[in-house]
Amino acid sequence: MKPIRIYAIFLRQIYLLRGNLTRFFQMFIWITVDILLWGFISKYFTGVGNAHMNFFAVLLGAILLWDFFGRMMQSIATAFFEDVWARNFLNIFASPILISEYLTGLVLTGVVTSLVAFVVMLFLAGVVFGFSILVYGFAVIPFLIILFLFGIALGIVGVSIVLRLGPPAEWFVWPIPAVISPFVGVIYPLSILPHWMQFVGHLLPPSYVFEGVRAIVAGGTFSGSAFAIGLCLSLMYIALAYFIFLAVYRKAIRTGLIARYSAESVN
Amino acid sequence: MNPVLEVAGLKKSYGKTVAVDGVSFAVQPNEIVGLLGPNGAGKTTTIDMILGVLAPSGGMVRIEGKDVAKKRSEALQSTNFAAVYAQVPGNMTVFQNLKIFGLIYEVPNLRARIEDIIREFDLVPFHNTRCGVLSSGEQTRVSLAKAMLNKPHLLLLDEPTASLDPSTAQIIRRKIKEYAKSGAGGILWTSHNMHEVAEVCDRVLFLSHGKILLEGDPKMLPQKHGKKDLEELFIAVAREPLTLELE
Repeated sequence: MKPIRIYAIFLRQIYLLRGNLTRFFQMFIWITVDILLWGFISKYFTGVGNAHMNFFAVLLGAILLWDFFGRMMQSIATAFFEDVWARNFLNIFASPILISEYLTGLVLTGVVTSLVAFVVMLFLAGVVFGFSILVYGFAVIPFLIILFLFGIALGIVGVSIVLRLGPPAEWFVWPIPAVISPFVGVIYPLSILPHWMQFVGHLLPPSYVFEGVRAIVAGGTFSGSAFAIGLCLSLMYIALAYFIFLAVYRKAIRTGLIARYSAESVN
Repeated sequence: MNPVLEVAGLKKSYGKTVAVDGVSFAVQPNEIVGLLGPNGAGKTTTIDMILGVLAPSGGMVRIEGKDVAKKRSEALQSTNFAAVYAQVPGNMTVFQNLKIFGLIYEVPNLRARIEDIIREFDLVPFHNTRCGVLSSGEQTRVSLAKAMLNKPHLLLLDEPTASLDPSTAQIIRRKIKEYAKSGAGGILWTSHNMHEVAEVCDRVLFLSHGKILLEGDPKMLPQKHGKKDLEELFIAVAREPLTLELE
């Protein structure tokens, strides 16, 4: 892999972000709405009765972590969509760039833009609600690592879906975080779910993060084994996502879809 | 001299439909080869396979001895292309597009090279203009600038002058001819403008139904087949390929 080509893919996204403020604002608008909504919900619950639980840590903090994951995934997908929308496939895929370089460039874009969004979220939650992510102590690092890696995996899967099914399939990609959120227990424990949902939840790395959040708020710790399972699952999903993308790409090369992408299908 | 491009027994079929049927040819380093044929003859399919964006059903493509199927990245490092259907993104400026593709193709002294190529293709007034607001002729010049940016040893041009006015088209033809004659690279050129092909190409290949039907010097080939000029020969290939096959 050549860093200069990865940088080229990243730089293209920076040019696009700089060139149109709409792209820039969409990085922050929904997370701002979420922070305000869940911040006020947390504030309300804290004030109801004699609540002893830190609702800011359980609700606002969890939503903040969830939005970080969602942004990570969607940043990668959006970076890819830019090439779909600009009909730039032929220029990119007929160049010497390797698929691994192209994907790494998309991931680098996702990492940088989601970290910027995360800093803004932290600032907003701190200024408006006095919430600090450090309430979770050092556990916040493994939390972020797991969500970050799983966000990359789902971002690559989203890209694969659109490459395989054509541009209209982007509408399958946007709701992916919403679809998996009931299974990973962002704001409730997995134990309240039916068994089959719990089973699915245990296969999804974010479940370990949000169970960890609640354990810490309840005075416990985030166990090393939970981190290890979440990390291993995330890495496994990244490898799986990469192989899915490779398979989809190879099929697109075989069928001629890359060269005729605007047709959406070659069948 | 080793050819920059070798195509041998190249084939592409979609189910029972054969789009390219055992095509073989080569392009030498300072040669301009015209790939001609009616719509649907298999020209773009052949170019897509050379560029590695379409997998052949059979045969092989070698660029400077490197097999595109096995060493795609290395083979395409010294290749580039311009096509009417592959304009550079309209939401970035001329400079930004050339910078991105210059990085992808690892062009040395990129900044200086971009300024040179912008001057060469008369794009100085559009340096910081988004490509999407340029006229189609100006966009074509940007595509050609991108195609020449890495001084490719193999340049693939799919109807490169299709949207240019006659004056600009003539200037572009001259630049491309000079590029080939300087020994910088070989060129595979498709066009439906037979006067242009006769002026520019050293050799032409007529493709019909996925097969090479005729091959030769564009100035000699029409007479050899009893036709007035290349255009007449093209029409014969398009309408009566069998009669030419029997000759």
